Amino acid sequence: MVDGIFIALSIITIGSAIVTLESREILYGGIALAISMLGIAGYFIILDAPFVAMFQIAVYVGAVAVLIIFTVMLVRSPNTVTKRETNKKKIVGMLISIVFLALVIPLIGNSVNKQFSFTNTNLPSVDIKEIGKELLTYYSPVLITLALVLAGSIIGALALARREDIEEKNESTW
Amino acid sequence: MNQPGDFLIISFILVSIGIYGLVVKRNALRLIFSIELIANGVNLTLATFSRMVSNPQGQIFVLFSIAISAAEVAVGLGIIIIAYRFYKDIDITEYKNLKN
Repeated sequence: MVDGIFIALSIITIGSAIVTLESREILYGGIALAISMLGIAGYFIILDAPFVAMFQIAVYVGAVAVLIIFTVMLVRSPNTVTKRETNKKKIVGMLISIVFLALVIPLIGNSVNKQFSFTNTNLPSVDIKEIGKELLTYYSPVLITLALVLAGSIIGALALARREDIEEKNESTW
Repeated sequence: MNQPGDFLIISFILVSIGIYGLVVKRNALRLIFSIELIANGVNLTLATFSRMVSNPQGQIFVLFSIAISAAEVAVGLGIIIIAYRFYKDIDITEYKNLKN
């Protein structure tokens, strides 16, 4: 059985995920993506993972969604709905996703629901302190590598988006 | 009380919506949206399994995954901006050759 909060979160998350892909204006798609990420953060709170939920809101809703919305404003294309998106392609896409769902949902019914449930075992939730301890001891090399990857990718994105023509003009006027 | 299977069903639905977007859409930004939806669904699966077996490693991997996908979005949007500068369009069927 599911409770009301779960159903409300599901409607918000999946509804805005569909709006993300099917909205006519791509800017509304970006905003709907942010709302969908907020719904995922709500699921993390239900799953007793408040730290992950905070991280999700800070990084996804705060950084990624804002970055995407700015890019949408920057590359405003003349027609957002392309004519190449035919009905045939849509039917194929729906067929593939429905086949995927039909393959994986019986797996849950067979394995997960019989072996695991939150009421039968009643395991304690994970403590935030434990996450911090693991991050700084066993996973500390991963953390350092991740920091370097982030810095490298941000510098790479800056180098990609740099406009060389403007820069050369500025150098010649100096 | 919610069961783990419910969260897993939600995450699988998110992944399948993302697959649909990757197959159907030809707008580069929509492709990035689809990739983000798939990443979010996978994160939800990891968090659910972490709660199911009461192990912090799942949550730690969700943190790593969120950071990696933030980096990926930054690079992807940089590529989209530079491609828009060349082709004046973000439709990926217009990108015949990526070499200027």
